Amino acid sequence: MNLKLQILRRESPDASPHWESYEYQAQNENASVASVLHDLNQKLDDPVRWECSCMQKKCGACAMVINHRPRLACDARLKEFNGEIKIEPLRKFPVIADLIVDRSILFENLKIMRIWFAEEAKTYGSEIAYQASRCLQCGCCLEICPNFYAGGTFFGMASMTLTARILTAVPEKQKQEICKAYRDHIYEGCGKSLACREICPAGIEIEHLLVNSNAVAIWKRKKHEI
Amino acid sequence: MGRMIIIGAGLAGLSASVTLAEQGFSCDLISLQNSERAQSVLAEGGINAALNTMGEQDQVQNHYEDTLRGGVYLADPNAVRNLTSHAPEIVRWLENLGVPFNMTDQDIMLRNFGGQKKKRTAYAQSSTGKIIMTAVIDEARKHEVSGKIRRYSHHELICLLIRDHICMGARIRDLYTGEIRDFFGIVLLCSGGMNGIFPGMTTGTTQNTGDVTAIAFRQGVELGNLEMLQYHPTTIGIYGKRCLVTEAARGEGGRLYIMKNQKKWYFMEEKYPELKNLMPRDVVSREMYMIRRECGGSVYLDMTGLSQETWQKKLSDLRQEIIYYLALDPASAPLPVKEGIHYFMGGIAVDEKHQTNIKNLYAAGECACQYHGANRLGGNSLLGALYGGRKAAEIILQNPEDISEKDVSGMISDFRPASPELIQKIGEILVSGLGIIRNAGDLEKALHQLESLKGSNFREENRIYLAKAMLLSALERKESRGAHYREDYPEKKEAFRKTTIAEFAQEIKITFREIPERRAEL
Repeated sequence: MNLKLQILRRESPDASPHWESYEYQAQNENASVASVLHDLNQKLDDPVRWECSCMQKKCGACAMVINHRPRLACDARLKEFNGEIKIEPLRKFPVIADLIVDRSILFENLKIMRIWFAEEAKTYGSEIAYQASRCLQCGCCLEICPNFYAGGTFFGMASMTLTARILTAVPEKQKQEICKAYRDHIYEGCGKSLACREICPAGIEIEHLLVNSNAVAIWKRKKHEI
Repeated sequence: MGRMIIIGAGLAGLSASVTLAEQGFSCDLISLQNSERAQSVLAEGGINAALNTMGEQDQVQNHYEDTLRGGVYLADPNAVRNLTSHAPEIVRWLENLGVPFNMTDQDIMLRNFGGQKKKRTAYAQSSTGKIIMTAVIDEARKHEVSGKIRRYSHHELICLLIRDHICMGARIRDLYTGEIRDFFGIVLLCSGGMNGIFPGMTTGTTQNTGDVTAIAFRQGVELGNLEMLQYHPTTIGIYGKRCLVTEAARGEGGRLYIMKNQKKWYFMEEKYPELKNLMPRDVVSREMYMIRRECGGSVYLDMTGLSQETWQKKLSDLRQEIIYYLALDPASAPLPVKEGIHYFMGGIAVDEKHQTNIKNLYAAGECACQYHGANRLGGNSLLGALYGGRKAAEIILQNPEDISEKDVSGMISDFRPASPELIQKIGEILVSGLGIIRNAGDLEKALHQLESLKGSNFREENRIYLAKAMLLSALERKESRGAHYREDYPEKKEAFRKTTIAEFAQEIKITFREIPERRAEL
């Protein structure tokens, strides 16, 4: 199939962005945008800069905006598109070059939230802890969120998921601190638009984790429901 | 205590950095991308430890023997003893970090895995690597905030600062800003397997380029058992790579068959009545290759007999993945599978203390040649990464070295990447010689083809040297053992129960090194 690709390119953080168009002959409609970018780059003198790692939806590296929707390039298959694909970097994070954005705010927020177990804690096979652990930290849920912006006090669902894991077995001495962080950086900023619900490339049931985490951190229900 | 520099932030690098931090020491943790993007998150089936929670009288001794036998006695028995005896405490450590392992009513549940007669593999459904990584990343975060782990994500290694067989540090480049810096200190390499040497042909990530191993080799670091590539029996082709179908599929009851005379032939069950579909991976892959040659057509993995509960509680991610990629529900139809390159048993040669031949340079995780001999057992890679990282860190703390800034004039600054065409060409040549079945003719032909390639920069040259070393290692091992099967030397030979060592000093030299004797227990 014939593809018309438009890619928003930028040489450096300070350069101004511009669209470039490419024609690409795809072998198969099941190929992903990631594999197209990979192939295309083999042929370009000035390869498109993007981040990629697992190529199978398990690492979150290749998050970008494809036809106005934030998603993983390895999870976007050509058959979904009408032969026209428009690719931009995520807009909520500073652009480094082309499709590479600096997502370090994601990890800084997790540090501010102090997301770790302060002492030994067993989750006893909790389904919530399992689902929460699957979060890729790709940033798609933050991109779609009307309330999140980098540097703001609302940290979004990418911080909620990992907090949800801690809340399944939070040690007593840490409870007050993590619940406060949860209130300040997640609960109070979430406008419940739930735009993130359908966007998670890992298929995490965000709403389910959110409701349970709210119950434990805000409404002081003793335990997570499994 | 001087500086400690860890290259790679996957499970081995994280384990090392957390170990150092727990002891009160700091380190620089350098990686191309964040830990969430590391190949460790792709590990699926589980982690081995003789926890004996399933009433099967499992013991460390059994794990030790299975690992050595699975590796066809090419692994260092003292190292394997260390690995297996610490496995239970490592899994308990993970449990205490809040890893939600699948549980029985009282304890961690274990599943069957290849090459092991007893249930020994702890797991979190079929995403064990990802679930463990989340917990260990959280633990590392605690030490990042306290300042002990200094992360340098989006940074790459340009070269090691080695002079007179002593490592003084590493030259590092920030991929975002282009800034180049020299870090002086002890270096621990945790840079993963050499997937990028076989582009698009492995189950690994694109970030495990093999460049770090190639750089180290070029700079005089010895590599071991490069011929030992693990072909995983059950992979499927997706765009741009092979996709793993976890061994847990067979551990939970999946069966391999091929159509022969219009009937399903469950060849593994007929040929290996004891372990059946769960023979070590080298055996299963070789059988599949041979059977296909005999019968034609594809080998299928039949999981249609698995219970609903198994799918829901143990393999839900796997099912979703197969439906996504093949538009086929493995609960109701068998899926065609094929062997694919999955793991590198060989790599940077280290002793049981994870020391390389270069002073102040260590290696752990898949980049290191340790624990797995000629074939790795499923469930031993996560364990090897966690234990290896920890062990290396402990040894570094016992051998501190305060390395101040040194004269590094004349060290490499060339960071130009290898061209995609050359990478592809090398990969194609290598795989033509290093298939599941090998012979001198194919290996020599591949070597001859490599001779015609010329590198135009440091990384291109390194890649060609590493590729040659792989082929030469396979050519020199004139026997069949584990993952290395030579149809011209089909027997295993005691004279070759040695580690193949590849060394670069102007030219490539291949030698064989004795495997250490097992020490008596203390």
